[in-house]
Amino acid sequence: MNIYVLMKRTFDTEEKIVIENGCISDDGVNFIINPYDEFAIEEAIRLRDAHGGEVTVVTVGAEDAEKELRTALAMGCDRAVLINNEDVEDGDQWSTAEILAAYFKDKEFDVILGGNVSNDNGTGQIGPRLAEKLGIPHVSTIVKIEIDGDKATLERDAEGDIEIIEASLPLLVTAQQGLNEPRYPSLPGIMKAKKKPLEVLELDDLDLDEDDVSGRTETVEVFLPPEKGAGRILEGDPDTQARELVRLLRNEAKVI
Amino acid sequence: MARKTLVLAETRDGQLRHVSFEAIAAGRQIADGGEVVAVLCGDDVAGFADALGHYGADRVVVVENEALKYYTPDGYKQAWQRVIETEAPEAIVMGHTAVGKDLSAGLAARLDSALVSDVTAIETGNGDPLFIRPIYSGKAFEKKRVKEGLIFITIRPNNIPALEKDETRPTTVDRLDVPISGLRTVVKQVVKKSTGGVDLTEAKVIVSGGRGVKSADGFKPLKELADVLGGAVGASRGACDAGYCDYSLQIGQTGKVVTPDLYIACGISGAIQHLAGMSNSKVIVAINKDPDANIFNVADYGIVGDLFEIVPLLTKYFKEVLQEA
Repeated sequence: MNIYVLMKRTFDTEEKIVIENGCISDDGVNFIINPYDEFAIEEAIRLRDAHGGEVTVVTVGAEDAEKELRTALAMGCDRAVLINNEDVEDGDQWSTAEILAAYFKDKEFDVILGGNVSNDNGTGQIGPRLAEKLGIPHVSTIVKIEIDGDKATLERDAEGDIEIIEASLPLLVTAQQGLNEPRYPSLPGIMKAKKKPLEVLELDDLDLDEDDVSGRTETVEVFLPPEKGAGRILEGDPDTQARELVRLLRNEAKVI
Repeated sequence: MARKTLVLAETRDGQLRHVSFEAIAAGRQIADGGEVVAVLCGDDVAGFADALGHYGADRVVVVENEALKYYTPDGYKQAWQRVIETEAPEAIVMGHTAVGKDLSAGLAARLDSALVSDVTAIETGNGDPLFIRPIYSGKAFEKKRVKEGLIFITIRPNNIPALEKDETRPTTVDRLDVPISGLRTVVKQVVKKSTGGVDLTEAKVIVSGGRGVKSADGFKPLKELADVLGGAVGASRGACDAGYCDYSLQIGQTGKVVTPDLYIACGISGAIQHLAGMSNSKVIVAINKDPDANIFNVADYGIVGDLFEIVPLLTKYFKEVLQEA
């Protein structure tokens, strides 16, 4: 099976956000593989181990993302592709989907997996957009996938309910938490990853001009939420504390 | 500039979802005097059209088809594409829900259009409308503008207030027949796991548990409190990882991002990844044994104490005051 995984490099979830000169600063920030993409990578490796074939992990981003691609290779992916988008103006989800669609244009694939959302921009657009551009079906937020021939049976998380879905390949799916428990790269895996192929592509290699993919939206401003002042700690025995809280929520905060 | 605006009207478990009314309100802001048309797709949904009018839709387009009973990207994209060809909108608003999130992205690609997802506030003035949306799960916000063409957004539930209900408002209902065919994904079965009916992302009140809840049974008092308040139960990653509850309840940077009116955090330490998912709630209450727990830094009201003592007392006293009211 030809399996592809879409990966994004994102800030570690433990990072605080700092704004400098109107932009989010990445000074000293620790980067990780977007956690939802880790589920996708893990599932891709399991599908390959069960059905044979090859897993290619693809990212659209800056050259620094090579580090996260190596991690994906160390987990068990077979090859990696980095598509450099650093010169794209106002790059947004439309842009990324265009770039990915150009990459996949001449590829043969059975399954494309990705995270259902990234923990930075958090739009969840890329999977459904790419499937539409490629003319293939997609199922988002999956927590289970089984493949038998050219058919797939999936379980999809629909806001807490589970939908059991049948689909045909080729298929794009996006991973939801609960799909699996991603493995840590092993030491031999890390050693092997150094020798696995990692291809860096420029937009030119995809017959794209940076103007062709400049975003359809523009970010006018980035800002931090207002700081919350310290709250009030309620004193007294549990009974007093509980009564006081009920009174405050009703009469002061007026939320009940 | 007046803009004709389409709005996704969404149903779940045989009811209109409140986010549909919020989407109508957002649609009116963007429409700037233009017509706001709610679009209702499903197998038996025409009965909901009047309510959409009461909340501010000028007109309702109903697309009924057995193939639209369950959401599938193919089915809903076909229905919407037809509605868009007929109505030629200049703006579209959907809720950022399981359906809206998925449909909007696929449809935007089909229309080759921009899409601003998960909007929490809209600024309208002289120029283009500006859309405010959280990034890094609410650790920061960005303000976005659509450069040209269709204005397409999804809105996060519970942030943009619905309009006042007006039952005297007349509604025009148009039916549109759309043949649906060639569905490449088929929903065979839906297993209901969400209990109690209040959806986490739309809940006005959330009672949430962390490692301090200690076991799956430990969630019982939290559920009782949530039931009294008409709310939903959530959890921290710690509680989910420990196996006390299902991952579908997880709130945080991985998991759901919620903004209820009232968030009651029980036995949650307040790791930054959890705070990202809930710190924009309107009022936050923290109950924790550890007076130094980070959660107290974002709480409006804090109780240092044992949740197993405090939570049942809260249930009891809320029951009392709500019965009096």
